[in-house]
Amino acid sequence: MTEILGVPTQALFGQLLIGLINGSFYAMLSLGLAVIFGLLNIINFTHGAQYMMGAFAAWFLLNKAGIGYWWSLLIAPLAVGLTGVVVERTMLARLYKLDHLYGLLLTFGLALVIQGVFRNEFGASGLPYRIPEELTGGYNLGFMFLPKYRAWVIVASVVVCLATWYVIERTKLGAYLRAATENPALVQSFGVNVPRMITLTYGFGVGLAALAGVMAAPIYQVNPLMGADLIIVVFAVVVIGGMGSIMGSIVTGFLLGIVEGLTKVFYPEASNTVIFVIMVIVLILRPAGLFGRER
Amino acid sequence: MPEGTRAAPAAGAPSAAAALLEVRGLNAWYGESHVLHGVDFEVRGGEVVTLLGRNGAGKTTTLKSIMGIVPRRAGAIVFEGRDTIALSSNRIARLGIAYCPEERGIFASLNVEENLLLPPQVRPGGLTVEQIFELFPNLRERLRSQGTKLSGGEQQMLAIGRILRTGARLLLLDEPTEGLAPVIVQQIGRTIQRLKAEGFTILLVEQNFRFASTVADRHYVMEHGRVVDMIPNAELGASMAKLHDYLGV
Repeated sequence: MTEILGVPTQALFGQLLIGLINGSFYAMLSLGLAVIFGLLNIINFTHGAQYMMGAFAAWFLLNKAGIGYWWSLLIAPLAVGLTGVVVERTMLARLYKLDHLYGLLLTFGLALVIQGVFRNEFGASGLPYRIPEELTGGYNLGFMFLPKYRAWVIVASVVVCLATWYVIERTKLGAYLRAATENPALVQSFGVNVPRMITLTYGFGVGLAALAGVMAAPIYQVNPLMGADLIIVVFAVVVIGGMGSIMGSIVTGFLLGIVEGLTKVFYPEASNTVIFVIMVIVLILRPAGLFGRER
Repeated sequence: MPEGTRAAPAAGAPSAAAALLEVRGLNAWYGESHVLHGVDFEVRGGEVVTLLGRNGAGKTTTLKSIMGIVPRRAGAIVFEGRDTIALSSNRIARLGIAYCPEERGIFASLNVEENLLLPPQVRPGGLTVEQIFELFPNLRERLRSQGTKLSGGEQQMLAIGRILRTGARLLLLDEPTEGLAPVIVQQIGRTIQRLKAEGFTILLVEQNFRFASTVADRHYVMEHGRVVDMIPNAELGASMAKLHDYLGV
């Protein structure tokens, strides 16, 4: 068997793939967090619960309505995004003039409530969700075996991230978003309905989390706490990338997934902490994050 | 801009006599602090009117109240016969009022072109981008630059230019000459005179009454959150002593 730095290539590329998969989810989730933080100034601690709701929505659609994976990719984000719109209108909208801390408390509390309700209904053990038929099997690349579904997740998440980046950085709608992030009162005085834009942006960010949840359902088990485990790492990714930076959260998400994967190969003991060690170093050297602008 | 390229005044252009904007008993608050105490004045269609007064007299707050940016306000602000006091600022903008803030409000995350095209068109009859470039040729050269990389004067041109596209008929300009070199101040003055000739109505906040006297038809003097005097531009020379007293210059 071939080896690189004393590690069998099979293991190396296997961990690299797992890193890329994790990175795909880090990127999509931190992207949603960055978009929400940029416009709403709220650190959305409910994000993990909303990711979990996306996975559960897919499970419900399949098991209660017979609707499969592909339609779930569309329906679950819309449905969960709609719950986000309701949360923003009824609760978050009252907090914008208050300290950050209130938004953090509300969204953190909401996450606990949602996760509690799901755990009460479904217990803590996971529900299985099968890989759609079109994506079963895989490719033998010679040096490793690449399951089709995993390849799909990586490609789909890159496409979703780049499309979101394009809309925000290169379109008129994105110009409104960027301008409103800087000075919402002035953008509104030009005739733009900024409160509605804020509501829809939150709905979009939540929908993005739910989309990640649907994509995660066949890989990880559908579990009430699946988001709680992930979100802590995702927040570290956001801090490393720079709060509110769109490209920063995408690039950092994928990079840290890979770093984590490689750490599992070369120094497994550190694989759970490596991201936080990087976070500490980045915070010391560049407090605004790798891609963040000092405000 | 040459005579031939002037935009036709928008349909239903203001008649000289009717008040386009009427402000009656306007009160406004920032949090607990009561800033405006019953402001009264009016602006007729096609006029250029200034609000003069010392720092803290309430000039900027008056503009922000008309635009709907000050959340707590009371009284009457009637634009084209419609009271806007209870409307949100995006709806007020859609009626045809546009605001250029004192700090200019150029967006750092947008380039010059994006800044220029940002405000949506609220009515037909605004200037075309080409006409704006004729007024401010510098902007054409710097379309791809980051908005806040422009010089102060260019940022001011961008801040005025972007609200000319929208078709708004009443422009609220807050100290457009503040901190600018004399040559730029002259350019802004010529621009305001041209806009007046195009049929725009302008409410201008100024500290510099010498500049104001070169562009305005009438001047309102504000003190302690009230309008205390109105001076037609023709009488400005005769009222100099009074004005010095008001402004403390």
